Order: sequence, then structure tokens, then C-alpha cells
Amino acid sequence: MKGVVGLLLALVVMVFSVAGHAAPLRWASDAEANVPFVFHDPADQSRLTGYEYEIAQAIARRLGRPTQFVQNDWDGLIPGLQRGLYDMVIDGIEITPEHEQGVLFSRPYYMTTERITVRRDQQGLDTLAALHGHVVGTLKDTTAERMLQADPSIRIRSYEEETNAYTDLKNGRLDAVLLDGTIALYYGTPDPDLKLVGEPIGQVAYGVAFAQGNTALRDQVNAALDGMMRDGELHRILARWKLWTPAMAALTGDATTPDIAPDAWDHYRAATAPTTGWRARFDRYVSFLPLLLHGAVLTFAVSACAMVLAVGLGLALALMRRYGPRWLGALATLYVEIVRGTPLLIQILFIFYALPGIGLRLSPFVAGVLALGMNYAAYEAENYRAGLQSVARGQIEAAIALNMTHFQALRFVVVPQAVRMVIPVMTNDFISLLKDSSLVSVITLTELSQTYVRLSSTYYDYFGTGLLIGVAYLLLGLPFVRLARMAEARFHTGRQRRGHI
Amino acid sequence: MARGELVSIIGPSGCGKSTFLRCLNFLEIPDSGTVEIAGVTITRTGGRWTRQEEDAAHRLRAHVGMVFQSFNLFPHRTVLDNVMLAPVQVKRVPADAARAEALALLDKVGLSAMAGRYPDTLSGGQQQRAAIARALAMRPDVMLYDEPTSALDPELAEEVLSVMRTLDDEGMTQLVVTHDMRFARAASDRVVFMDGGEIVEADDPDRLFVDPQDPRTRKFLRSVL
Ligand SMILES: Nc1ncnc2c1ncn2[C@@H]1O[C@H](COP(=O)(O)OP(=O)(O)OP(=O)(O)O)[C@@H](O)[C@H]1O
Ligand SMILES: [Mg+2]
Repeated sequence: MKGVVGLLLALVVMVFSVAGHAAPLRWASDAEANVPFVFHDPADQSRLTGYEYEIAQAIARRLGRPTQFVQNDWDGLIPGLQRGLYDMVIDGIEITPEHEQGVLFSRPYYMTTERITVRRDQQGLDTLAALHGHVVGTLKDTTAERMLQADPSIRIRSYEEETNAYTDLKNGRLDAVLLDGTIALYYGTPDPDLKLVGEPIGQVAYGVAFAQGNTALRDQVNAALDGMMRDGELHRILARWKLWTPAMAALTGDATTPDIAPDAWDHYRAATAPTTGWRARFDRYVSFLPLLLHGAVLTFAVSACAMVLAVGLGLALALMRRYGPRWLGALATLYVEIVRGTPLLIQILFIFYALPGIGLRLSPFVAGVLALGMNYAAYEAENYRAGLQSVARGQIEAAIALNMTHFQALRFVVVPQAVRMVIPVMTNDFISLLKDSSLVSVITLTELSQTYVRLSSTYYDYFGTGLLIGVAYLLLGLPFVRLARMAEARFHTGRQRRGHI
Repeated sequence: MARGELVSIIGPSGCGKSTFLRCLNFLEIPDSGTVEIAGVTITRTGGRWTRQEEDAAHRLRAHVGMVFQSFNLFPHRTVLDNVMLAPVQVKRVPADAARAEALALLDKVGLSAMAGRYPDTLSGGQQQRAAIARALAMRPDVMLYDEPTSALDPELAEEVLSVMRTLDDEGMTQLVVTHDMRFARAASDRVVFMDGGEIVEADDPDRLFVDPQDPRTRKFLRSVL
């Protein structure tokens, strides 16, 4: 009996300890336009892939934890880490002294070099020195950018997305692009208009980034990476992506050359091969629809919620300013001035990343709605104020004479008339809110415009995808325009009837 | 004022007639003085307008209806809704009962055909009659009018004045600021003459118009008659 109880107890403990270990490893990357690191499989947009995606999976497996992927904008990756949105970041982050100021790094899991890419017809730009006096593109805050800065005669164009750099190279806006070998291989070689030239330049090491002080997880990940280098798993992953390099052999001490087919590389090339013919193009666009729908739903949800907030808060602010006690009116005025005087982007980032500092932790969706809603409330407040002012003083007096309270007079007489007055302006505001909602992509929300970035950069198809997204925005805005027309027609019945008499 | 009386207030422009009328239902807060209407008394001796005084004014306004020179109908609601709004929202009268009473009142002022229209599709005379129906819907004991016909052409004014005469016949107590001396003389039980912010004299219309006591009254009547 005792033995049975002991066994049960042991089992319970085991179950609990397994459950405890099974807390998901939350890792983040910017999977938009991020080939070959972490990106959406062009053949199946709902699936994540990439050599770093596979490394992350392998690490988690070795740690015995399930993974939870968090999408975040490149600029938000490190702030999100410090905010505790996730445990680690894997996104080709270079181990540099500057970066080490902000985050804790694992040991390098990948070594690469810088490569020069030019248009196929160009000659003689195959060394760093040869770039003297030319226009050269790269990514901002990278080793490549610092290399270019060493020669002041080089006109540097620093991009956020590598796809934009290569597109500008093809369009003739750039003479060359200097970027990491990983990126150059995937963007520069498959494209018939581009070519990689010259010798590899310098050296770059990528590391997994953790929040400062999270040495426990760092050590576990280091051990996992160590194991992957020793038993050849890292070699297998990189070879499949055609990314195994002599530098990696040096790093891992693994000089073997196993016969591993670059199937991941082949898959990517096949999936992104330029489509020929309308039929193929059409099929590709149809395959975008689920993603588009997802982005559209998110854009709509964020905008609609923000609008409700903006209207409610805006009205409250306007009423405070016009009818509230002096101090409350002053407070409302201050709010309006501050909000209108600062950029929306800063407000979004502030609400999402800074408020947790005072214990206010909001989900990306709530933070996005709050930021947009509070911003637009300031503009709505001004509209309503004008609307309230335009309601004749006699209207309130008539209401008070009918023994309504001040509140009832506002609610039934003044506000409805003010709202009627501002509806045309409100419509315009709502449509610009719909467009401004694209800014919430900086706090990990993949809405419609972010979907555009993802799709267009995957297929190098800015034109067709752009038209699709544009249509999606128009379709989203249409109901609001119609709604406003209807409301206007309803409110203005009196005036219209006069026209008939 | 006695119950059922119709009293007119006359006087030169700017002498304080509107101000006086608006003090009676505290649209204007007087500095000092006493207002007593239908058993509610409010006495002011200067100082800030308090919460208690506002509550008292609320009780007092329940007995007082008011009609404005510029009608002040609510343009976003139909004539019927204008009449029903206050009974439903302020007195919590059920909508059905309020609608029935509103229609009866509109019928009384000759507007039953206009119930579903919006105010700005009505003529001035119709609007002012709708405004009277709206005030009556709160079942006031006293009706205050501030130049109800000044914005109207003579024949439209007559529509409004005839409604007021009917109300007088039914025993409504009415206080009318007016520039219409014919109406003041013919319809009033008493006429009040104001000048310089105060009541100069108040008398039976026949006496006041024929034999005014104060020289200021005499001078005013000479200028308008
Ligand atoms: N008793 C009073 N105490 C203080 N101010 C007064 C008094 N009577 C009149 N006034 C002031 O005189 C001005 C004109 O008053 P009011 O509008 O009541 O005149 P009125 O007789 O209605 O003129 P009208 O015939 O042009 O309508 C107002 O600004 C009002 O504040
Ligand atoms: Mg007046």
C-alpha cells in the first residue's frame, strides 16, 4: 500500500516537473522580408521556415521545451526583449561591442562575411576600394554599414529591409549593395539581373540575444548550440540551406564534407522562381487571399475599436472643455495639445514599451487600439468642440425651460446636433485612422500594410501585391464612407424635405 | 398674479423685460429678490448659485412653461418628438401616453397634420404654435412668453395670438412680454409697464392705455401708439 502511494506521489511529481519544464520557449524574430533567416514559406504562407527558424527549433528540442514564436518588427526586437515579451531573439543579430551594451549574447552560431552585389552588366566594382565614390546600399546598423563609412566618398543608402536595397540596385538607384553573405546568396544569385562579385570581405558573427542578466537561459542555449556543433546537426541544417562555409568549419572544427542535398535552398528557389503567364500569376494572388484576409481583419478590428474609443473620449474631452469646471477644461486642453503635438508612432511605441515600466502591461492589440484611439480622440475633441459651439444658445435654454437637467439638455439636445454637424469631418478622420492603423505593425501586429511588406518582398512583386493591398484598404474604407453618408442623410432629413417644398 | 390671469409686459427696448421674465424660471440668476410660483419660493440675497437653489429651481420650473421669440424648437427632431421629449425624459411618462397627449396638444394648436415634419419645414407661425404645444406638454401652471410674435408676419402672428386667447379662455395663467399694443390692450387682464429695469406701473389695460399715471408711461405710449 505504502509502495503504491509512493509510486503515485513520484508520478505526480514527475508530471508536475515535466509540466514545469514544458513552459514554452518564447523566441522572436522579424519574419517579414527576412530570407533566409526566418520567413514565411513562399509555397505556403502559413508556414514559417528559414535556417534560423530550424536552429531555434533544434535548440528548443534540446532544452525539452515547446516553442512559441513571436513576430516583431526589426526595430522592436530588442525593446521587446527588455520588456519581457519573449525570452530570446534569433534574427541574424551581429555580435558587436555596441550590441553587447544592450543584450546578452550566446556563443556565435553562424559566421559569415560581407559580399558585394552588382547588376549583371556592371564591371570593376569587386572590392571595397573600388566602391570609392559610388552609391552603395546596405542595412542600417550593421557591420557592412560601418565598413562603408570608413570611406567618406561612398554615398551610403541604409535600408531597413534588404529587399528594398536589392530592388533599388536593379532599378539603378544604387551602384552596388554590400551585405552579409547569407543575404547576398539568397537575393543576389537567383536574380538573373544581379551577380555577386569579388572576394568575401571581413567577418560577421551572429548570436542569440537574451535580456541582460538572463545568464541561466544563455548557458542552456550555449550548451544546446555546443551539442549541435558536435553532433553535426548545425552542419546539416546549414548545408540544406547552402550556407555551410569555411568559416563555419573553422568555428566548429568540423572539417567533414558530408553529402547533404541543399533541399531547403532548392525549395526556396523553386517557390520564388519568376512566374510566367497570367494563369500562374493569378494562382499566386489567389494563394495570398488567406493572408490578406487575416491582415484586413486585424486592420479593421484595430481601427473600429480605436474609432469607438476616439469618438467617446473625444466627446468627453470636448464637453469638459466647453461645459466642465475650469481646471478640468484646462486638463482636457493640455491633453489635446500634447497628443496633437507629438508623432503617433512615438505614442504607440511609448504605450507599448514604456508603460510596462510603471506596471501597465498591455497586449499588442490593446496597446494599438489605445494609442490610435487616444490619438484620434484629440482630433475628434476639436471637431466636437466646433460642433458644440455651433449649437445655438437658445437650444440649451429651451431644454432647461422644459425642466431638463444640464446633462439631459446635453444628451438629448446639444450633442445630437453637434454630432450631426461633425459627421462629414469624422468620416474623413476615420478613413485616415484606417490608414494610420498601419503603424501598429511596430508593436508586432501583422496588419494589412505589414502583409504587403511580407508578400511583396517575398516575391519581388511590389506592383501586383500593391494593387491587391490598395483594393483591400479601399474595400475596408467603403463601409465607413457609406455609413457616414447614411447617417448624414438621416440627420439631414429636415433640410432635404425643405428642398421639396 | 392671480390664477387664470393674462398679464402683458410692455416697455421700451432694453428696459429689462426679457431679463425679468427669464429671472422667473432662473434662466437668468437674479442677484437678489424673491420668486414665488405655484407654492415654490426661491429667495436670493446675492452670493453663488448653489446646488440646493438649482434643485429648488428645478422644482419651480415644473410649474412654468416658456415660449421664445425665436421658437427654439429642436431641429433634429420631428414636431411630435419635440413635444414628447421632455415628458418622456423628464417626467418619465410612458411613450404611448406621452404620444397621445402630444397629438392632442398638436391638434389643439392646429398642427395635427404636421406631427411628423421637421421644424424647419414649418412656417414661423406653425413653429411658434408647436413651441407652445411643447411647453404645454409639461402641464405648466404658468406660461411665459417672450415676444412670441415679434418674428412673425401679422397674419401668422394672429394664429399664435388666437392660441393664446384660447388658453386664456381655458383658465391658463399667462405672462406675455410683447410689443403688440393691440393684443396687450384687448386680451390682457392687466398690463405692466417697465422702464430702466423696474416696474413703473401696472394696471387694468383700459386705465393704463387711456390714463397712465406716470410720465414715463405717457411718453412711451405716445411714441408707440
Ligand atoms: N433689473 C436689471 N438688472 C440688471 N440688468 C438689467 C436689468 N434690466 C435690464 N438689464 C440689462 O439690460 C439689458 C437689456 O435687457 P433685456 O434684454 O431684458 O431688455 P428687453 O426689454 O427685453 O429689450 P427688447 O425689447 O429689445 O427685447 C440686458 O443686458 C440686461 O442685463
Ligand atoms: Mg427682450
